[in-house]
Amino acid sequence: MSKSAHGGTGHFWVQRLTAVALVPLTIWFCFSIASIPQLSHTALMEWMKSPFSAALMILVITVGLYHGKLGLQVILEDYVSDSNLRMISIGAITLVFVMFAIVGVVSVLKLSLGA
Amino acid sequence: MAEFTLPANSIVKKGKTFDAPAGATNVKKFDVYRFDSTDGKNPSVDSYTVDLDTCGPMILDALIKIKSEIDPTLSFRRSCREGICGSCAMNIDGANTLACTMAIEDVEGDVKVYPLPHQPVVKDLVSDLTNFYRQYEAIEPWLQSDTKPAGNRERLQSKEDREKLDGLYECIMCACCSTSCPSYWWNSDKYLGPAALLAAYRWIVDSRDEKTDERLAALDDPFKLYRCHTIMNCATVCPKGLNPAQAIADTKKMLVQSNL
Repeated sequence: MSKSAHGGTGHFWVQRLTAVALVPLTIWFCFSIASIPQLSHTALMEWMKSPFSAALMILVITVGLYHGKLGLQVILEDYVSDSNLRMISIGAITLVFVMFAIVGVVSVLKLSLGA
Repeated sequence: MAEFTLPANSIVKKGKTFDAPAGATNVKKFDVYRFDSTDGKNPSVDSYTVDLDTCGPMILDALIKIKSEIDPTLSFRRSCREGICGSCAMNIDGANTLACTMAIEDVEGDVKVYPLPHQPVVKDLVSDLTNFYRQYEAIEPWLQSDTKPAGNRERLQSKEDREKLDGLYECIMCACCSTSCPSYWWNSDKYLGPAALLAAYRWIVDSRDEKTDERLAALDDPFKLYRCHTIMNCATVCPKGLNPAQAIADTKKMLVQSNL
């Protein structure tokens, strides 16, 4: 039997898991934002002070970004035929998405803990 | 990067026109792709107007009539003329199918006949399927077993296990599915394509084959299997009515289950 790169199944499965997780998370996020009476900085700070909101917000950011990164990786694998360029671009988007996730999570914690 | 523009020598030009014979009343125009990989010229589209009153009902009948009576330089593959050999697979009226099982009357207006998309063309409607056959070979399409059947007899299979092969074993390897798949167009050097993956699944679910795990492991690859994005062109065009996309989805499901 010819060799395989192994790892395609993990990517496929996690992409579907994160997609399913994003359904309730996105619904919760939209309803929560809509239920804040006015979208001012103070009102958002107040909303974020609840540990429940902050925890779910961290999930929205991390799961959403992870799902986005997996999707973008599929597009790069589809269309970038040069293997070196493909590896570099997937590495680059991974770094960017990790950075976004760190900034997002730190921002939520900062707002929530009021530091 | 992917190529989004055509190389200069692939621009298709207008070719020769062959009018209908005098007195013909029931006619149909066939626009046929012409190319010769050995003469260095650009491809062209020749127009043949065929008298349907002296022609058989299928597209293949018209192509044979064109070659026999109008232009003997036209090249195409054909053999069984009844949809079992897969030789006359080509792109007719914008979709891949077999010329022998497609009726002329099912095409509205002029009939556009092109070779299978995104494969190197040897001549006219004859495409080079070397890579396609290599991929079929790569999935090792034969029964593999470490144990010998009892009494040195044939390997028995229950009716239920045999039924699992229905919708899989009928593939005639015509390449209509693989060459209709955009994912295969972009990555045919790495992605096995729907035809080879359907054949792989046919052996994965065969109760007599003992290499199921090895076969699945060999497909656990971002390119060989997971370039399938369920576009479904394969199932739409399959002239035998098979569904390679379903076989690929089931293979992915089996891989997830075996990895969990």
